[in-house]
Amino acid sequence: MTALLEVRDLEVTFRVGPMLSRRDIKGVAGVSFDVSPGETFALVGESGSGKTTLARAINGLQGISAGSVSFDGQRIDGLSTGAMKPMRKVMSMMFQDPVGSLSPRMTVGDLVTEPFRIHGVSVDFRAETERLLNLVGLNETFADRFPHQLSGGQARRVGVARAIALNPRLIIADEPTAGLDVSVQGEVLNLLNDLRERLGLAMVIITHNLHVVHHIADRMAVMYLGRFVETGDCEQIFDAPAHPYTAALLSANPEPDPDKARNRISLPAEVPSLLARPKGCEFHTRCPWASDRCSRDAPPVVDKDARKIACHYPLQPGARPPVAEATP
Amino acid sequence: MSEAVSNPPSMAQRLRLGDIWKATRRVLREPLGAFGLILVLVMIGGAVFADWLTAYEPNKISPRDRFQGPSLDHLLGTDHLGRDLFTRVLHGGRIALWVALFSTAISLSIGIVLGLIAGYGPRWLDNLMLLLFDSIKSFPTVMLALALVTLAGPSLTAVVIVVVLVNVPGYARIIRTQTLALKESEFVTAAQSMGASSARILRVHVMPNVIGPLLILASMDIPVVIAIEAGMSFLGLGVRPPTPSWGAILNDGFTAIRDTPWIAIAGGLPIILTTLGFTFLGETLRDVFDPRLKGRG
Repeated sequence: MTALLEVRDLEVTFRVGPMLSRRDIKGVAGVSFDVSPGETFALVGESGSGKTTLARAINGLQGISAGSVSFDGQRIDGLSTGAMKPMRKVMSMMFQDPVGSLSPRMTVGDLVTEPFRIHGVSVDFRAETERLLNLVGLNETFADRFPHQLSGGQARRVGVARAIALNPRLIIADEPTAGLDVSVQGEVLNLLNDLRERLGLAMVIITHNLHVVHHIADRMAVMYLGRFVETGDCEQIFDAPAHPYTAALLSANPEPDPDKARNRISLPAEVPSLLARPKGCEFHTRCPWASDRCSRDAPPVVDKDARKIACHYPLQPGARPPVAEATP
Repeated sequence: MSEAVSNPPSMAQRLRLGDIWKATRRVLREPLGAFGLILVLVMIGGAVFADWLTAYEPNKISPRDRFQGPSLDHLLGTDHLGRDLFTRVLHGGRIALWVALFSTAISLSIGIVLGLIAGYGPRWLDNLMLLLFDSIKSFPTVMLALALVTLAGPSLTAVVIVVVLVNVPGYARIIRTQTLALKESEFVTAAQSMGASSARILRVHVMPNVIGPLLILASMDIPVVIAIEAGMSFLGLGVRPPTPSWGAILNDGFTAIRDTPWIAIAGGLPIILTTLGFTFLGETLRDVFDPRLKGRG
């Protein structure tokens, strides 16, 4: 199956600092992945790991400094605004803030039909509003409301309705569950899952919530300092994380069962600054398994059992950190 | 872009009418606001119905009746050419209102467009426009008026141009600042990601969110505009005689203020009452719509 979205060695560079001592930092430092039609791909990582920047770069909201982005076999990076416009019909994006991503002075009806207006698609706006609101589980009385009259969950549903308005083939969702309480998170995820099955959507989900990933994604990539440290099938990664960072993230995930024995891997120190990337493996400053070799040589990305791992010493299933901190 | 299917009037427009009614009631509850509103309505009513309110014509010279004091026949007396001052004041109100509304509308349109472009456009354009705004603003109003009239001759158009030049930089700056703030907001980014053109983003997504405070500010500027018109007409830079304007009437009475003070009073009183009315109304509106600004300015 050919990939719908193909990202190759993507880099995003920011210039920071005052005029004379200006420096370049790489927000995204060479990332490659494919998303097949109908597949859900999750990007996870801490705040500041470059997830949102990557999403904006794919969508063309952020210029890239190297690499390529292809949609359906066609290069879409560096396209002019005009040339990108048809792409925006088939690729839509959802933003982090459910209420803040809706224009405050527009009614819900105007908001969900805005994509039709932008692309000059002639439809019966009223009927279309009704259809879209029903699809996301809101009734048509919401059409006359303003964003500030909506709850977070309702606003998120409006965002989803807007994102699917033009029957896109790919949705990029940046933290679709941010700012929602747990029961509403569940509803939104079920909604996305349901829509994906009914409409055959491919999705790229950006999140730091691993429950979300487990619930919805087929494959995932773990990001650290703008690079993928581990990419692969969700089930496999959840069962046996191979990269120490993935293992640490998974072990930090709140577990609903209090009696379940677990080994929490705590990571010392802060995330290094992008201005001072560590030498060798960039994770070695925080990795419990790190050796001398890790601080010298950067590990290559290795293919192993349909996974891509950037680590000198991939973990065996069930591995414990050298100094295990057992938490009840 | 074609919008073949017409969209029914949105709830937004209907809501806005309700908002206006609600705001009016709140304005009336404030004594100063009610007073201001009454003054403004009386002034507008006088200007609109000027033809029906008096039996005289504003420019009809009648030498036998010159310099008559206020009486039942001539409520505000007559001037040095025997013209009925009450009639001239009412017709002068038309000029004042017309200049105030017309030039404010033009200033607003130009200011909004320039402010949106400066705030949303590239950095160099923003800097260039700021330089332009500041240069214009650095001219004192009277100098600007004198320079323009020297070039083009005194006329009502000159008054409008002066007012627009004086108002636009301030309006544009306000819009620019707010546009800059909204430029990075998620709903603008969302509109970009949907493929909306810059013009559409500014018109549909940015403008409705930035014009509110400006409209209040503009309503508070109306007395200033009326004063500029009266001032320029007083100095002979505005309307040409015999067109009635409050400034011109004031000037007519100025030379004879010791013997016949009512002429100057007839010209000055409406200026004072109208600017007072608009100021009270504007300040109350500001407090009602934007309580954060209360007690400032």
